[in-house]
Amino acid sequence: MNSSRHSRAVHGPHRRTARAQLSRLGDALFENVTRLFAVLVLGTLLAILVSLVVTSLPSLKAFGLGFLWSDDWDPVRDRFGALVPIYGTLVSSCIAMLIALPISFGIAIFLTEMSPTWLKRPLGTAIELLAAIPSIIYGMWGLFVFTPVFSKHVQPLLIEIFGPLPGIGRLFQGPPMGIGMLTAGIILAIMVIPFISSVMRDVFELVPAVLKESAYGLGATTWEVVWKVVLPYTRTGVVGGVMLGLGRALGETMAVTFVIGNAQRLSVSLLAPGNSIASSLANEFAEAVGDLYTSSLIELGLILFLITTVVLAIAKLMLLRLGRLEGTKS
Amino acid sequence: MRHATPAIRRIYNRRRRLNRINMAMSALGMGFGLFWLAWILFTLVRYGFEALTWKLLSQSTPPPGSDGGLLNAIVGSVMMAGTATLIGTPVGVLAGTYLAEYGRRGWIAPATRFINDILLSAPSIVLGLFIYTVYVARVGHFSGFAGALALSLIVIPVVVRTTDDMLKLVPDSLREAAIALGAPKWKMVTRVSYRAARTGIATGVLLAVARISGETAPLLFTALNNQFLSHDMNAPMANLPVVIFQFAMSPYDDWHKIAWGGAILITLSVLGINILARLLFRQRNS
Amino acid sequence: MSDLFLKPDSNVRIAVRDLNFYYGRFHAIKNVSMDVQSNKVTAFIGPSGCGKSTLLRTFNRLHELYPQNRATGEILLDGRNVLDPREDPTLLRARVGMVFQKPTPFPMSIYDNIAFGVRLYERLNPRQMDERVEWALTKAALWNEVKDKLNQSGNGLSGGQQQRLCIARCIAIKPEVILLDEPCSALDPISTAHIEELVHDLKEDYTVVIVTHNMQQAARVSDYTAYMYLGELIEFDETDKIFTKPNQKATEDYITGKFG
Repeated sequence: MNSSRHSRAVHGPHRRTARAQLSRLGDALFENVTRLFAVLVLGTLLAILVSLVVTSLPSLKAFGLGFLWSDDWDPVRDRFGALVPIYGTLVSSCIAMLIALPISFGIAIFLTEMSPTWLKRPLGTAIELLAAIPSIIYGMWGLFVFTPVFSKHVQPLLIEIFGPLPGIGRLFQGPPMGIGMLTAGIILAIMVIPFISSVMRDVFELVPAVLKESAYGLGATTWEVVWKVVLPYTRTGVVGGVMLGLGRALGETMAVTFVIGNAQRLSVSLLAPGNSIASSLANEFAEAVGDLYTSSLIELGLILFLITTVVLAIAKLMLLRLGRLEGTKS
Repeated sequence: MRHATPAIRRIYNRRRRLNRINMAMSALGMGFGLFWLAWILFTLVRYGFEALTWKLLSQSTPPPGSDGGLLNAIVGSVMMAGTATLIGTPVGVLAGTYLAEYGRRGWIAPATRFINDILLSAPSIVLGLFIYTVYVARVGHFSGFAGALALSLIVIPVVVRTTDDMLKLVPDSLREAAIALGAPKWKMVTRVSYRAARTGIATGVLLAVARISGETAPLLFTALNNQFLSHDMNAPMANLPVVIFQFAMSPYDDWHKIAWGGAILITLSVLGINILARLLFRQRNS
Repeated sequence: MSDLFLKPDSNVRIAVRDLNFYYGRFHAIKNVSMDVQSNKVTAFIGPSGCGKSTLLRTFNRLHELYPQNRATGEILLDGRNVLDPREDPTLLRARVGMVFQKPTPFPMSIYDNIAFGVRLYERLNPRQMDERVEWALTKAALWNEVKDKLNQSGNGLSGGQQQRLCIARCIAIKPEVILLDEPCSALDPISTAHIEELVHDLKEDYTVVIVTHNMQQAARVSDYTAYMYLGELIEFDETDKIFTKPNQKATEDYITGKFG
């Protein structure tokens, strides 16, 4: 107050309003510039959607909805269908989630309920490190190191044990080649474990200590506390974390491209090579010739984008809901 | 519970067994995670360090069957990652500023936050596809600049998110103090909020750089590749991830070796940047 | 120190002998010995940080949830040392129930909140379980208020009702001892009166130990009172005596409000 009264005395009211106007102008400018960039980010999603739809129009016109369930993929005769890559994307991600879910749950329990305090941080960092390793490294490691071991020691066992069984046996047919849907699923699992387990750990830590103490105080074991109190309390957050991992698995490109086998062929056996949307793009896009071929690949990308966006949106909504629940409770 | 009757004992023994089994499984799960980490790191060290020679850093990628290095790819990667960071950081910081400083009312901020979080996990190959359709297909050729644009789409959401989070951590009392001194809001944000959140935002930028250093998928059909050393951002450009991909998928042993060399380079730089970011963040907290 | 031990012929439920407690390096309880009487209400009073809650939490070994906590000495429950590592803490906690400062309903229905602990230890048929839930809620003076909304979430109740729900949940598994850790500190005066009345009724069937920072509350509900200061047990005697003519000057100063 003092300084402004002072300045009025010296410079007069005229000068002061000019300066106020200037600073109001600066404020409006700054707010609008930052808003512009926020809207730019907001519009990116829409821009991606529109551009993918527009560029896949030739394929949309040529094949219509039939694109989704045709397993034709013939660049020579210009006939394309998305069934094989869609199937491969979904199956490899399902395998990944089946493996990653219980493992991540275990890691989260270990980190929140069992680990000695001094070990929590290094172990948590180690798991986060797994997320920092670039996916191409997973791919190389999978192709050169994991696949030979897997085809030599694990796949023959799987074929021997599950192959003869009725029903489930059909999933384990064919030669142990190492590469294929199952291998891709396992590598994806390793890649998404850090995402799912760190979300689980974070939401488990949101559970008030006194709530857990009450359950322990009634004579519950650690497992019962986790299963009957912690998990119900954090349900939406856990589902959010799982969806986040699923979103990652569906869109993962390089690791899958190395080991899935890249065969545009539909087979029931998990040991057979297949293809995913992302790896089809990675392998074929740069060399695709002809509008229809290119736009079919872009339509594949559009499908992937739609699936992952829906999954990620659900994940985000779930996590938001947990946050809001927390907000009202505390 | 006056007396632990045999019935109660029996039930309890079953519960205790279940507890022990499940706790053992949890510990196994932890071991499972560490096992893969150890195996992957071991592999990298074993094949990578062997390939890490002076030649790897000083020569460009060779034609099949001959010796060479990764110089052109390293240069290309650094140039594209640098450009992507230069584009992505201001965009991300400004958008994040709007979310944290002006976004308390209205629908733009919550909607942007939501969309940004989706972009944060969007498949990177789709981002490459997007840049292909809006840029590469228009100008008619692959280029280093297109690659940088695709990478900047990965940088932006990371920076938006950290800027938003870090600015929200700045106490309101600090803002009020600046406003009470008569400072206009834009000055308050740039002089006070940014200064308080500086290291946090820098951490976010570093993490974004770490993420794009290893990204392959968005470069496959934007920057493509280039066998020769080139500084021209307007032409196809070599880069580490794509070279690793092509060399690893090739049938030549020489190329495999170079790919391993590239793999260890990428991993070391990604982990190095990650550690740097963590140290920076910890320093800020202490 | 001999005045800390009550008449040897009396009915002792919990006997504490030379108990010491450490949070990491911090020595939180120093050489405490005392006898807790069966079917009586014993109150722990003292200024914040005096170790009264800590002492309570060793009675059912809840302190063990945090690895840096360590207790030495003996706590004899019906003659057996519960701190013995060979004793199972989970079974112990079913015998020694606990209610906390803040109400802690589990994220499930009112009915399931009560049935939670019972299901851990007993296999009851649905009718028996219904009876048990009604019995526990009646004991906790909550039945009439919630009998029509047993399937609703426990989070929908008022603070005082939630706390009585927690007491009902605790007595549903029929413990021998009930530990109350400042059970009214988050409640309004009317809810507090409800709980105090309840505590008074509980001692018919249970041994009750209550930690409180409210001296009037200790005077109203307890038969015995222990005054603790800086981890030491300063004085322990019948409540009437503590509040009318305490032996220690320190106790008198605290009681009369000259300190703390």
